[in-house]
Amino acid sequence: MRTEQIDTLVIGGGAAGMSAAATVSAAGFTTALVEREDELGGVLLQCIHNGFGLHEFKEELTGPEYAERWVRNIESSEVKVFCGTTIMEMSLLEDGRKECFGYSPEYGVLKFVTKTVVLAMGCRERNRGNVMIPGTRPAGVYTAGLAQRLVNMNGYIPGKDVVIVGSGDIGLIMARRMQWVGSTVHAVVEIQPYPSGLTRNISQCLNDFKIPLYLSHVVSKIYGKERVEAVDITPLENGVPNHDKTFQITCDTLLLSVGLIPENELSKQVGIELNSLTNGPTVDSMLMTSIEGVFSAGNVLHVHDLVDFVSAEARLAGENVIEYLKGKRPERELSIKPGANIRYVNPTRINPDAESDIYMRPLVVSNNARIQLLVNGEVVKRQKKPHVQPSEMIKLKITPKIFQDIEITPDSKVEVTLQDEP
Amino acid sequence: MNPNKNTKEMICIVCPVGCHLQVTVDNDEVKVTGNRCPRGEEYAREEILAPKRVVTATCRLENEQHPRLPVKTDAPLPFEHINELLDRVYELSLPTPIKTGDILIEDFKGTGVNLVASRSIE
Repeated sequence: MRTEQIDTLVIGGGAAGMSAAATVSAAGFTTALVEREDELGGVLLQCIHNGFGLHEFKEELTGPEYAERWVRNIESSEVKVFCGTTIMEMSLLEDGRKECFGYSPEYGVLKFVTKTVVLAMGCRERNRGNVMIPGTRPAGVYTAGLAQRLVNMNGYIPGKDVVIVGSGDIGLIMARRMQWVGSTVHAVVEIQPYPSGLTRNISQCLNDFKIPLYLSHVVSKIYGKERVEAVDITPLENGVPNHDKTFQITCDTLLLSVGLIPENELSKQVGIELNSLTNGPTVDSMLMTSIEGVFSAGNVLHVHDLVDFVSAEARLAGENVIEYLKGKRPERELSIKPGANIRYVNPTRINPDAESDIYMRPLVVSNNARIQLLVNGEVVKRQKKPHVQPSEMIKLKITPKIFQDIEITPDSKVEVTLQDEP
Repeated sequence: MNPNKNTKEMICIVCPVGCHLQVTVDNDEVKVTGNRCPRGEEYAREEILAPKRVVTATCRLENEQHPRLPVKTDAPLPFEHINELLDRVYELSLPTPIKTGDILIEDFKGTGVNLVASRSIE
């Protein structure tokens, strides 16, 4: 069995993994990057639309272009890349190192003995089972991302007459894509009273093609024996379906864009504590999980809406791995919790002596909002936000200056809240 | 009533605020209300007079591992040419290797817009 003795093992060769691996390797630590597909890039390779890279590269790129820049970066580094390789097991050695087993057609069984691990496995799509759509079980029900892969990478068209469930960005992008390959999208059905994707995508992916968007509606039944034949659509009134107003749309394909779940099977297997608000690992200010030396970044940690933020967060994880390998730890940490109108905050611990970015997701839509950071009930930082919505993550900078003049103990309660500007 | 005058509503997509714009076209004059910044007016004007979009798609590739090549226009293309461009894209079948940025269709219909590869395949 081939064995690799390394400083860092990065699991997942998408945007997060490439950024973390490049960062750690550039500091001179031996780094391996493992990817289960046959090439690096992750989901970016199937996201052929543009809009990526405005933060990282100051220009608008397509997904494959964004991935390619990082692949070139990895190729010109000392990172050892193992594609077509899946990590199936991780265990902890007595000296604190981790032993990971990977399987691949090329190498057979591979063993990595490593001081640190970066989890960068990304996320997977919620499917029909997760949203419990009643009806028969015919062919023609796809998650939007799978359909995207079939169309953009494999060259198959999943169907001719399409209904899309969920107005998340992947669903909207696929609405346009299906129109542009000659299929017809008859409706996008969204359970919430507001669209969950970006306005830009509502405008350019639905309005350009006059595709109706049904807000506060659900697909209440799927018909068809071998293949999808039709779906029932029912409006929600005060949160309850009004079946008297149910109508039917004839279609052969149903695409589901109903959310993403961080891919944490490996994390669970090794006993890493998960955060029930994000479904990702609970991490401290170094983005380190409940297991010493195991870090996490990108969509496996919490689902992001911009790949640029994934790259930035993974770079930070990489920098923290370097600190950790040099034996540095934060002197003190404070727990931070989501307060009013905030669904979650990540990470859940902050270092009051260092500058860092925290990410959060709001629960509400507002065009005149204010973010507040509170310590023991006292406001220590305020920031105006001209626009917030649940589908757009909020980034807040934490600096040592904020905590300079206040007394803090390890029990201090730090909270972040969102409210309308008075 | 002036037959050349009509009002359209649209949502500005320049930034995430999403202002609801009312755009009135009176012969050659375009009036925009509802915008909170000048960028909204510019957006509405272009959307009414000459809407354009960056087009991204895939074309056939003569390569077993990679049957599809992602492609894009290197600038926004006037709306009315999009379907014709897509027809041309789907007729393409290209040999590898290909590099990101390689021009596949040059100056489409005299618009100055090129179709380029958005991925390198060896």
